[in-house]
Formats: sequence, C-alpha cells, structure tokens
Amino acid sequence: MASTNDPFQFQEFEEAGNLLDANRDATTISIEDDDMPEKQRKATGFTPDVDDLDPLASDDTTELLSGQKKSAPIWTFEYYQKFFDIETHHVKERIIGSMLPWPGKNFIHVHLRRNPDLYGPFWICTTLVFALAISGNLSNFVVFLGKPNYKYTPQFQKVTIAATAIFSYAWLVPLGLWGVLLWRNNKIMNLVSYSFLEITCVYGYSLAIYIPAVVLWIFPYEWLRWCSIVVALCLSGSVLVMTFWPAVREDHPKVMIAIMSSIVLLNVLLAVGCKSYFFSNPEVVVPPTGNLTATALIKAPSAT
Amino acid sequence: MAASDEASRQFAGLSDVSISEDIPVEGDISVPLGPSSRQRDDEFSTLDEPVKETILRDLRAVGSKFIHVLYPKRSTALLRDWDLWGPLLLCVTLALLLQGGAADSDDQGGPQFAEVFVIVWFGSIIITLNSKLLGGTISFFQSLCVLGYCIMPLTAAMAVCRIVLVGGAGKVSFAVRLVVVTLSFGWSTFASTAFLGDSQPPGRKALVVYPVFLFYFVIGWMILTFSPSQ
Repeated sequence: MASTNDPFQFQEFEEAGNLLDANRDATTISIEDDDMPEKQRKATGFTPDVDDLDPLASDDTTELLSGQKKSAPIWTFEYYQKFFDIETHHVKERIIGSMLPWPGKNFIHVHLRRNPDLYGPFWICTTLVFALAISGNLSNFVVFLGKPNYKYTPQFQKVTIAATAIFSYAWLVPLGLWGVLLWRNNKIMNLVSYSFLEITCVYGYSLAIYIPAVVLWIFPYEWLRWCSIVVALCLSGSVLVMTFWPAVREDHPKVMIAIMSSIVLLNVLLAVGCKSYFFSNPEVVVPPTGNLTATALIKAPSAT
Repeated sequence: MAASDEASRQFAGLSDVSISEDIPVEGDISVPLGPSSRQRDDEFSTLDEPVKETILRDLRAVGSKFIHVLYPKRSTALLRDWDLWGPLLLCVTLALLLQGGAADSDDQGGPQFAEVFVIVWFGSIIITLNSKLLGGTISFFQSLCVLGYCIMPLTAAMAVCRIVLVGGAGKVSFAVRLVVVTLSFGWSTFASTAFLGDSQPPGRKALVVYPVFLFYFVIGWMILTFSPSQ
C-alpha cells in the first residue's frame, strides 16, 4: 500500500472508525457499534497514513454521523412529518395525563418533553365534533321517544357548527395565548416559554376529557349533565392552569390574573355553549306525566 | 480447412487457443421480426381494440377488487393496481341512496348529495395524509383506492336498509337495520385494516386504524339515521 502524501491522488477511504485510528483525539460520533472498529483493527492490523487528511475526514464524518436533522422548508411534506413522530403509547399517556392532572406535574414538561405532536389535537377535535353532533341528535331522539308528532331528522348542519366552534377554540385560542405570552416575554424575562405547537398540543389534549362527558349528555337528566360538565371543566381547566402557571408566575399580578382567568373563562364558555346549543331540547320538557297524576291525586281527596 | 491448419501451426506455441486471423467473421446481426415483438406492439396500442373490450377490462378490474373486499385477506392485489372507478361508483350509489329521505320536504335533515361526497372524499384524503405523515409506505392513491373500495359493505347495508324501510319504520325494522349496519361497519373496518395494516410502522398501527374506524362509524351513522319521508 503506497502511502500517499499527495492529496490529489485518488484513494479509497474506509470506515470512520478505521480512518480515525491514527488520531484518537479527533471528535467523531459513530452510529455503528464501538466493537466493530476494534475487531477490524485487530484483523487488519494496519493503520493507514491519513494524518494530513484527518481533520477533513473527521469533520465530514462528524457532521454526517451527528444525526443533526436539517429543518425542511415549510412547504415540504417532511416539515410536517416531524410533528407526527409519536407512537401509540405516547398518545395514550398524553390523553391520560390530560384527564388526570397531578399538582406539580406540568403537562408540557412531563408528557410533551420537547416533542409536541399534531396528531392528538387534530383527531381529538374531530372526534369531539362528531361526538357532539351525534350525541345532540341522540339526546333529542331519546327525549321525544314515542311521541307521535316528532319527526326525526338527523340534523347534519350541526356537524358544521360544532366543527367551527371546536376547531376555532383549539387552534385560535392557542394562537392568541402564544401571542400574549410572547408579548409579555419581551417585557419581562420569563424562565419558561412555550412554543406555539406546545400550546396547541396542550389545548388539544385538554379537550379529551369532554368526549366521555358529551356521551353522558345523551341521557336527559339535567343533574347528570351539570355534574359531568362541572367535573370535565375542573379537570381540563386545572390541566391548563397548571401548565400556564409557570409561564405567567413572574408577571405583574394583574396581567397574571387576566391571563389565567381568560383561559378558564374561555374553557367554561365552550363547554356551556356547546351544552346549551346542542342539547337544549326545543320544547320545554314539561314535568313528566307522573308528576301531573300526583298533583291530580293530591287535589282529588280535597275535592271530595 | 487448409488455411485453418496453417494458422493453428503458426500459433502452435499457444497451448489451447488457436486464433485464426484469416477466417472472417460473418453473420447477420439484425434481430428477426418475430411474433414476440408483434405482441408487444399490441399491448401498448389499445386504440385499435373495440370499445367493449376496453370497458370490460376496466369492469373486470373493478369487479375483482370488489371480490377482494368481500373476502379480505392480506393480499396486495388492491394495492398494486389501484383505480378510483370503484370508489366513485360506490360513493355515487351511496349518495343517491341517501336521498329521498325526510330531508326532502324540510330544509333540515339528512345529508345532501354534496355533503356525502365531501365526507367520503375529504375524509379519505385526510386519513391518507394522516397515514403518510405517520410514516406509512403506502402511496396516496393506493390508500384512497383501498378506503373507497371498503365502503362497499356499507353501501350494501344502505341498500338493505332501504328495502327494510319499505316494510315499515317501527322498532323491529330499527333493530334489523342496527344489526345490519353494525355488521357492515365492522366488516369495512376489518377489510381496510387488512389491506392497510402492513404498510404502517409497527408502533403506530392503532394511530392509523383509529381514523379509519371513525370514518366508517360516521358513514354508518349516516346510514342508520336515514329516515324515509312519510
């Protein structure tokens, strides 16, 4: 093997591990096993003379093997693919984490861990839209079951309205909140700052608790509906509050209270608005016939 | 012969090889026009065949895919030659069958023709995008093809529901319709996951199957809630 000092002569290069044997101090990151270069070293037992080319080689391999992802431009498909880089069990953990808030556990830090995804928010919103429309329809049907003059209509335009309401809550409110936090961040150096995607992710996952609540609303009992709405509000509201508390904690008290209360208020508005729009039975639910007969019975003895 | 003997004696020193420079190489290099090339020509020029042949070929392809949906097994036939004729046919049939409901007299009510189209096609596109973003190896149109063809059990259920509704709209008919729609919804979901299942990375199968489940659930709901005009 002719040792080449002439950099322009063509030569074969081997793997980074072997090449850099000559210079152990060079910084490289190899993605293969560390055992392999050693075995090859023992087998071949020669060190190629690449001292003069070493810095270049190490730089190239460092960059290639360091695993740095170049961020793709926003109009390519690959840009959006990195927001779907999650597994099934991640989604499960995040949904459960949004339904069971633990004091001190910040949703973004514990569950998102720098990997916000768009899968959860989008499909939870879609499921909620259809659940709302279908449950609203079913609740009407159950209330008027058996009444002869009720004509059942599927009411598909409610899907559109539900979609508008829920998607604008889940995507426009995070935008506004992110803008407000950014503005405050310029004025006051906060320790914690969240990206737009993380805020959208929290909002999307916090809607997950409403899906079982909406299904419970099918039954036409007001106490059940109010109970479930209060429970769902508490859980999702507390997830949101605990997530955003560290971000506004150092701020001016008035601003902090304003931001926190607007987060909670919008949540309440969404829940109550959906309930009253989709689940208000058109005719006043007259006290059921049992009550009337009871009053009649009470009146009857006094008449005699 | 004599020339070759002389030539081999000249090169007697070479052990095996006797190369003669005197014998010229002759032959015919041109490829003869045989029956194989004529067939190749015929395959590409479908302009000459009768129209019936063209239509029947496409219909046969569509029909074979219907049969694959009826007996779903892990096969790649649907994936290899995708076509969108079948989904279009099924979508139009479903939308037509969902017309003529109670919606016609009121302005509220059932899905309009365009709404069914939008839900089916837009939903399929979103599911396809979702599976591609999650790292699926299936191509865009192949996925649309599979999702469209697997609507077939639900379309059949719609036809059955309309027939049942001719007999009356009471509780029995509702129970029958519920059973039929549930079975066909399960069949559709099972068939589409049988075809799409292999193209997904292993940890994400549930993430891809859930939107398909939601899609067929919504279509099943539209079929179940179809009420005839009285």
